[in-house]
Amino acid sequence: MSSSDHALADSAPAILREVSPAVLPRPALVENNRSFSWISDKICGIVEGKTPVWWWWCFAVACFIASFTVAGLIYLVSTGIGVWGHRNPVNWGWPIVNFVFWIGIGHAGTLISAILCLLRQKWRTSINRAAEAMTIFAVVCAGIFPVFHVGRVWYAWFLFPLPNSNYIWQNFRSPLEWDVFAVSTYGTVSVLFWYVGMIPDLATLRDRFAAAGRNMRARIYGFFAMGWRGSARAWSNYEMAYLILAGISTPLVLSVHTIVSFDFAVSLIPGWHTTIFPPYFVAGAIFSGFGMVLTLMLPLRAVYKLEDLITQYHIDCMCKITLATGSMVGYAYAMEFFIAWYGANPYEGFTFINRAFGPYAWAYWIMVSCNVITPQLFWFKSVRRNTTLVWVLSLFVNLGMWFERFVIICTSLTRDFLPSSWGYLSPTVVDIFTFFGTFGVFSVLFLLFIRFLPLMAAAELKAVTPQADPHAGDHHG
Amino acid sequence: MPEQPYGLIATFETTADLYRAAERVRIAGYRDWDCITPFPVHGLDKAMGQKRSIVPRFSLTGGITGFCTGMSLIWYTDAYDYRLTVGGKPFFSPLFAFPVSYELTILFTAFATIGGMFFLNGLSKLYHPVLKYENIRRGLDDLFFVVIEAADKRYDPAGTRAFLQEIGGKDIQELEA
Repeated sequence: MSSSDHALADSAPAILREVSPAVLPRPALVENNRSFSWISDKICGIVEGKTPVWWWWCFAVACFIASFTVAGLIYLVSTGIGVWGHRNPVNWGWPIVNFVFWIGIGHAGTLISAILCLLRQKWRTSINRAAEAMTIFAVVCAGIFPVFHVGRVWYAWFLFPLPNSNYIWQNFRSPLEWDVFAVSTYGTVSVLFWYVGMIPDLATLRDRFAAAGRNMRARIYGFFAMGWRGSARAWSNYEMAYLILAGISTPLVLSVHTIVSFDFAVSLIPGWHTTIFPPYFVAGAIFSGFGMVLTLMLPLRAVYKLEDLITQYHIDCMCKITLATGSMVGYAYAMEFFIAWYGANPYEGFTFINRAFGPYAWAYWIMVSCNVITPQLFWFKSVRRNTTLVWVLSLFVNLGMWFERFVIICTSLTRDFLPSSWGYLSPTVVDIFTFFGTFGVFSVLFLLFIRFLPLMAAAELKAVTPQADPHAGDHHG
Repeated sequence: MPEQPYGLIATFETTADLYRAAERVRIAGYRDWDCITPFPVHGLDKAMGQKRSIVPRFSLTGGITGFCTGMSLIWYTDAYDYRLTVGGKPFFSPLFAFPVSYELTILFTAFATIGGMFFLNGLSKLYHPVLKYENIRRGLDDLFFVVIEAADKRYDPAGTRAFLQEIGGKDIQELEA
């Protein structure tokens, strides 16, 4: 954006005109001064064009990987929960690690779509749609684990307060029951938010398919667009609804991981029973989620040549949030150790010494190097500008955050109060394959999303271009 | 007898043109009219003289319903219908009932907000007279339209057409009802 856009208005105080202060240019959110129709063509073109060959290859590989989860679950259900590596004292290990890992990933999507919307961070527009999709698919992957972890999956509906022949209701005094409500609300509201955001773009696609004579597609998109026609009176209600959804999703996303952390913090196990858990889990969730957003968006940007829409500025912002939340996570690790010492509880103290130097020390140090050291590299502009390096670092973030949950769960459970019951959790092949397959499930869903739905919020992107402003740079108030 | 048309539609190419035109239409005293834009134009609602959206009322109702549903559900199940002692905890306390009620508040608010928005916007409505206009698809792409309905008291085919021309509208067309 040229500096003339920020020229002082005639109404500015005389002193400002006299000293003519340097104006920090606002970074352009859509580069190369692209027109509205260019944005429509670019985003809708991805859906309208022929399916690229790479897509089919990726889809085939993703389906293959997803089959590991399907096979693992079929084997589990047909044989029994014993095929998983659970045994005393860890009756709650691997699936819950994976559950927390996937739920955490989802949180960045809601952060981008809701919290950044409330904070008027306009750079969110080019990544929010894909990040919200990521949230939903991550919740799908997360949901698999607790549902199958109940053992007899056909009784999973007992989790919900539906009348059953035992006449017993759910125990609402348990954080596990709170979690059922938190996660199902989170999934539902994320889908609604995603869908409402997509309505204007679905209407654009409907019109474009109709103009191209592809009536079947026009009908399908038209059905979901619900007759949206861009009326300014409708936009006014729409914007208000969107703002409220952002407003309620913000406490939602904070509460979901808080409640997930209650699963641990409300128990009496050393290493879990701490008040730092809710904020620490939320920071970790956003950290891991941004890791995943970078992992997904950087290849998409390269494949679909979206450099004008996902600019270096966007990557910088995402790296900085990763840095900020990564530093919070690092601070929480340090504070946990401090409190374990300061609290003078011998069990708590032992748990933390055991975490860093006990049988799971290898996992602990993987976690620390990935989560504490990796994000610190984002202080450097040269690192943030090297997209390949950013992508590799984002993989380390994902890895580190999985290990964080593994460390929290396994170190505390394998060393409880009674040394005679100490043990060591080793996952079985079925455990590992089931988890590995969820990456396939996630990829299958994400590939379908980029093929059939508008990858970016075209209407919102148009609204942040300079030509969308009816006052042409005259920023009032 | 020729049917009464739905109204007149005029095209504008930039947001600034549309914004000025919208102010003029409002000042001229029209009531049944609308703009069609590919994205929410900043400040256009004020230029059109629209009141603040009443979607928040739906949201508030939804939220209160959700919170009460959560609290009463937990009271009914755990403290009334089937009392079960677990860990010596009370049968009902607003404290442990809070997380679930909180989530239900958000869930019901979301449904009420979206339902309210659809209701106020008259969606889903798969047909509307403006959709017959052959260029309408650019209203969701890169052009801006002003539509003045024939139902408006001030509408008069020739006068309104001249007015739209005067405020900078291009390609003015009559819309079939």
